[in-house]
Amino acid sequence: MSMSASLSVSQSLKAWWHKLGSPRWFYEISGPWQRLFGVLALVLLVTGTVWGLAFAPQDYQQGNSFRIMYVHVPTAIVSQSVYMLMGAAGLVLLVWRMKLADMVLSAAVPFGMSMTACALFTGAVWGKPTWGAWWVWDARTTSMLVLLFLYFGLYALRQAIPREETAGRACAVLALVGTVNIPIIKYSVNWWLTLHQPASFTLTGAPSMPPSMWVPLLINVLGIYCLFAANLIGRLKLTILERERNTQWVRALVREVSA
Amino acid sequence: MSLFAVQLRREWLLLVQSSEEILNPLVFLFLAITLFALATGGGPDTLQAIAPAVIWVLVLLANLLSLEGLFRRDFEDGTLEQLLLKAEPAFLALTAKILVHWTFSGLAMTVLAAVAALILYLPVSSLGTLLISLLVGTPALSLIGAVGAALTVGLKRGGVLLALLVLPLYVPVLIFGAGAVLEQMAGIETRAQIYWLGVISMASLTLAPFAVQAALRVSLEQ
Repeated sequence: MSMSASLSVSQSLKAWWHKLGSPRWFYEISGPWQRLFGVLALVLLVTGTVWGLAFAPQDYQQGNSFRIMYVHVPTAIVSQSVYMLMGAAGLVLLVWRMKLADMVLSAAVPFGMSMTACALFTGAVWGKPTWGAWWVWDARTTSMLVLLFLYFGLYALRQAIPREETAGRACAVLALVGTVNIPIIKYSVNWWLTLHQPASFTLTGAPSMPPSMWVPLLINVLGIYCLFAANLIGRLKLTILERERNTQWVRALVREVSA
Repeated sequence: MSLFAVQLRREWLLLVQSSEEILNPLVFLFLAITLFALATGGGPDTLQAIAPAVIWVLVLLANLLSLEGLFRRDFEDGTLEQLLLKAEPAFLALTAKILVHWTFSGLAMTVLAAVAALILYLPVSSLGTLLISLLVGTPALSLIGAVGAALTVGLKRGGVLLALLVLPLYVPVLIFGAGAVLEQMAGIETRAQIYWLGVISMASLTLAPFAVQAALRVSLEQ
């Protein structure tokens, strides 16, 4: 009984995995998901930001300047997750040759890169009142900067290779190598010097802030993940249309829309 | 003879015959060191303070220059394609190739770094740490760099791109390498950094050949 149940679960998982390989299937089912994540992102980000900027209590040491944390921390967290996601997509592409994984790999770069740049910029703005300098060569600032270079590398490699399919697989190798390296880079840079305050959120410890301060931050972190999901799906849909432009179904779709 | 030994011998003979490929990066290393001495005014105190950083950064860059030629010739004359088709397992032959490259880049630079340290007034007591950090750290440079070289070998202008891809990945090696020498000069125990360099080199030795193989297969497609 239970064996047949688990068999059917594994079969439906397998079927889902195979379907995921089809850009057309993804294009057709993803519309509602994009809207859902878009609305969630809007609600969460507006709530978290207004709460964080206007209603959260002042920090006893940093005063109001700590409030940039509500932008800085979410962007920094999401930019690292995006790179990890690209590493995973790279693995999927190299092992299963899934077209969609290649598209994820190219569609996630702009968001990840801009979030990294945003985290660095807000870090600089926060650094001025807190440390007295726009830029400080501290551990986590530096590893974010290295992350930005890793993003640039992925972007430049894709630009340099004319054939789309080859470019995708080359980027997959690079994203995987980068993903293996990120923990080592983070560790080594941490070793090098540390001035930055410890991480705001850890999975294991209790937060070092009162709930009135960390709840809006958490809302913003969730919101930015939703924003990423919505952005990724939107870009994926455009990439699918562009790359599959010679297929029957895309042509039919275009005719339908233009008619 | 085993595949590994055959490949080792072949690479060795090829590299020994093309002396400019070996010499150019090494000359670059000394040329750039001279530029640093000229730009900073040549004061012993300044040079001594920046010596570990200058030597390690320039070793990184010289390594990068030597990497460009790592797969170029074999790629152009089709040897690489044959190797990936025939050699079983291919990553072993590639490892041999990278190891020979290391003896002429990383190892040669380690030996020459003693002279570089001398002209940059590095204290003699720190020389041992510098040489050991280079000896243990440079294999990682060759191995990680080989992935970048494999990805860019098919491109016409791969030079700057190679630097862009590889240098961020060199960051840990640079931190532990230059850091070890700096801390030794400050009188702090440095064994931990050397061990870390060893860890990075061994991890690269086990993982990088597979990435190089995958990257070369991608490059050969185009």
